[in-house]
Amino acid sequence: MKKVFFIGDNIISSLGFTASGNFEQLKNGVTGIKRITNPELYPEPFIASMVNRNKLQTLFPDNRYTLLEKMLILSVEDAIKNTGVDISSSKTLIVLSTTKGNIDLLDESLAAKYEKNRVYLWKLGDTIAAYFGNPNKPLVISNACISGVMAINTAAMLLQNDLYENIIVTGGDIVSRFVLSGFMSFHSLSPEPCKPFDANRDGLSLGEAAGTVVMSVRPGKHKKSFVFAGGATANDANHISGPSRTGEGSYIAIKKALQEAGINPHETDHISAHGTATPYNDDMESIALSRHNMNNIPVNSLKGFWGHTLGAAGIIETIALLHEMKNNILIQTKGFSKAGTVEPLNVITQTEKTELNTCLKMASGFGGCNAALIVKKQMDD
Amino acid sequence: MIKSNNHITIRNNQIFKNGVLFFETEPRLPLKDFLKASWKNLKVKYPKFYKMDEVSKLGVLAAEILLADEPHKTFNQEETGVVLSNARSTYITDTEHWNSVKDDNNFFPGPAVFVYTLPNIMIGEICIRHKLKGENAFFITEKYDEKIILQHIELLMARNKIKAAIGGWVDHSPDDYLAEMFWVTAP
Repeated sequence: MKKVFFIGDNIISSLGFTASGNFEQLKNGVTGIKRITNPELYPEPFIASMVNRNKLQTLFPDNRYTLLEKMLILSVEDAIKNTGVDISSSKTLIVLSTTKGNIDLLDESLAAKYEKNRVYLWKLGDTIAAYFGNPNKPLVISNACISGVMAINTAAMLLQNDLYENIIVTGGDIVSRFVLSGFMSFHSLSPEPCKPFDANRDGLSLGEAAGTVVMSVRPGKHKKSFVFAGGATANDANHISGPSRTGEGSYIAIKKALQEAGINPHETDHISAHGTATPYNDDMESIALSRHNMNNIPVNSLKGFWGHTLGAAGIIETIALLHEMKNNILIQTKGFSKAGTVEPLNVITQTEKTELNTCLKMASGFGGCNAALIVKKQMDD
Repeated sequence: MIKSNNHITIRNNQIFKNGVLFFETEPRLPLKDFLKASWKNLKVKYPKFYKMDEVSKLGVLAAEILLADEPHKTFNQEETGVVLSNARSTYITDTEHWNSVKDDNNFFPGPAVFVYTLPNIMIGEICIRHKLKGENAFFITEKYDEKIILQHIELLMARNKIKAAIGGWVDHSPDDYLAEMFWVTAP
């Protein structure tokens, strides 16, 4: 079984166009969630975290590509820079994580500018691969809000088994009329920037982002390497839109990820939760963690910075986790002020220095799906 | 990996179980009615079925026939995975949701439609129906690529994450539909 390393990354979000730029903003406690007036996207003003689309257009003016394609291509381009990965090699695979892809192309006036199959997710994968001249059929994963973590777990498995040398895991979703109106109809959006794990949390904030993480069977050029140690997914088998009251799927996913990593729950230094800030999700996660006796491990949710970025979430939040580990910094849970989950958690309220060697990332989504992955730090001598 | 004989194909309003015709309706019957007739024919009590969108119904119907002999009952719930794929994700339901929100003057989005605009909801429905708690994955490929599904299941089994799985393809486009579903177990 080969070791799998994280060797390159990028985040394009409301907080910037690079991973390190985004991480600076997290360290500084800056949120990208704002009140937005855009009747094209929603009839009334709404709260969301959105990419600077004017800047995106300047950076990538070629209008043969859609909004999301531009974000993904720029993200991949930046992530592979300095990694030495040959994206045109048959030993390199692209894995794409998205929930709705080019869903804005359901709008006929916009769709008219592109070929008809562009709205399909496989075509989005093909478009990205063709841009970079990658010879392999990209692997496209669409599994609700765990897509990003699942994409990383899947890539790790392919690399561990020697099927590729490098895998570029990219993912993204845009804030669209389609998604905004759907979540509005669910009454799951907060009227203010979201408050993960807070006693007064009242719903999520949507966000758009693209993120890319480059995974390889060879370590990167840095002194500290980050190794994929374990991962799993599981289903609640309970409800399609409501999280399990017992945290069942999340509990199982964490258990199996820990088993694969060969560690006990208490050997985890830090947890990056899903933390959407809906009352049920955050309670569910507190129950799943409590069942593993992980209540005291410092946990955060980054949804208060970026909002819920759907297909990008698992990727950009794992990247942030890697930066926390690299810098030995715990990032605060923006929006949190007063504990209020059904089981107690050690929610990080202030960004602070601490040694981080083994960390857990969690995700959950509609369809009762849950995912977990574990990253370990390794020092080269 | 042991690929059992159990596989289901549903197309042109015909259901094949292990290659043998299991049920059919008149080919011109709309999918909606074919699904209803097929489910009634199974004589199972599960009213939730009628609330699902068509592509989920198609997947749940295939799984119901696939698991009729309860091969999954010999495994722990968390040892059984579901790995499915299609080309159009939830395009038909996406269009339905879009038509309810595209016009400010005719704006009536509904959660009962929106929740079905994710392809893995079908997996969720199958997991709820048969109490399966193992690994999930939904892949999008242009054409049915059984190798991708089998490879994913095989790797999960090799890592001891699952011991059995449902795999396959459940696709619904404006002009066509197809379900191919199989059951596999670890050696």
